[in-house]
Amino acid sequence: MSYKPTIVAFLCNWCSYTGADLAGTSRMKYSPNIRVIRVMCSGRVEPTFVLKSFREGADAVLICGCHPGDCHYHEGNYKCLRRYELLQKYIQQMGIEKERLRLEWVSASEGKIFAELVNEMTETVAKLGPCTVRKVMETIS
Amino acid sequence: MENKPKLKLAVYWGAACGGCCVSVLDVHEKLFDVVAAADLVFWPIALDFKYKDVEEMPDQHIDVTLFNGAVRNSENEHMAKLLRQKTKVLVAYGSCAHMGGIPGLANFSTKEDIFKRAYIESESTVNPDGILPQTEFEVAEGKLTLPVFYNDVKTLDQVVDVDYYLPGCPPQTERLVEVFMAIVTGAQLPPKGSVVGARDKAQCDECERKKTDNKLIKKFYRPWEIYDDGETCFLEQGVICMGPSTRSGCGVRCVKGNAPCRGCYGPSSEARDPGAKMMSAIATMIDAKEPEEVNKIIEDIVDPAGTFYRFSLPGSILRRKITN
Repeated sequence: MSYKPTIVAFLCNWCSYTGADLAGTSRMKYSPNIRVIRVMCSGRVEPTFVLKSFREGADAVLICGCHPGDCHYHEGNYKCLRRYELLQKYIQQMGIEKERLRLEWVSASEGKIFAELVNEMTETVAKLGPCTVRKVMETIS
Repeated sequence: MENKPKLKLAVYWGAACGGCCVSVLDVHEKLFDVVAAADLVFWPIALDFKYKDVEEMPDQHIDVTLFNGAVRNSENEHMAKLLRQKTKVLVAYGSCAHMGGIPGLANFSTKEDIFKRAYIESESTVNPDGILPQTEFEVAEGKLTLPVFYNDVKTLDQVVDVDYYLPGCPPQTERLVEVFMAIVTGAQLPPKGSVVGARDKAQCDECERKKTDNKLIKKFYRPWEIYDDGETCFLEQGVICMGPSTRSGCGVRCVKGNAPCRGCYGPSSEARDPGAKMMSAIATMIDAKEPEEVNKIIEDIVDPAGTFYRFSLPGSILRRKITN
């Protein structure tokens, strides 16, 4: 695998970031392709963040939050889910493959699941090849 | 005011429908005030000046140019650059110059597809030889030329430096008169790059429809699918209204006419991308917690990209459809 995708990952502070931290402290090895951005809640992830990630060269965007019913702020992850579904429809209209945007629930104890998720997503995106959004924007501006 | 030299005013259209120029004409009897304070030195829709007249002007000769329309071909681009050179204050006038506008929806397509549809496939076209417009063509009398049609529609500020933005499709004439009078009377002008003739607060702030905090949507309706009660917030009735992500200033005319806001005034200064802001707002109102249920409700938004970026596609973050 020569091509190495860049995946921007928005992880919620309370579950998913802690889950990723657990993967690290447990010395689990997983693909180094993600660039983690910690947010207080998956409900804080505005569609603008996702679009800007693509525009600035991300090959894929991963959003992780607490499992349904477990949100630290009660409803944030549901808001994220609804935005995600709408964004999916939008990015596909704009010619971006649906595999490039993913929402997953990862709890604080799911370090192993997080590591496997990153490995699997890296593999999927690598098969798709580079996302051309940034290149297209550079050639027209 | 009599002793002051008159302002030199120009109005030009790029890729536009002409509605912006008509909105300038809509000053009605105020036109006398305008003409008392300004000379119109260039206005293709109304006055017989030629491009070469503009080319012969010294640099910075024109005080204010209202440039309406997007930049979609080489003629638009040439005139944008020329008018920038000849003008002290260049105003992006109307949604197309400001954010790309309706012509900007062409960014969902490509030049090839547009030509194919317009000159080959459309039902009223008879073109058995498949002839497409050429930028140069030799005839007995000499060489004929046409502007180059670009693959991509651009906003004015993606081509030249813009001093002010006056949004709207078209801008409300009252706002234009206010801005014009501010320039004439020498009032303090806002900093360069400002949006003028509009407020920074959202449409909802001015809208008089009944609103509650409990906005939950079980089903989206298109305006013709529902019997609007004429009083309740459109969003609360399940009709997509761009009010939350659109700046006010138009006097909520569409909503007063019982049509939902479509977003021609563009986002407030805090929102970079109007569609993303609108998706963020509208998604939170969906009353469902299971992915299948959410998707079923979203199905009723037939064309999210075209709905949320109706006037702003070229000016948004993902400026166009990605085609490989």
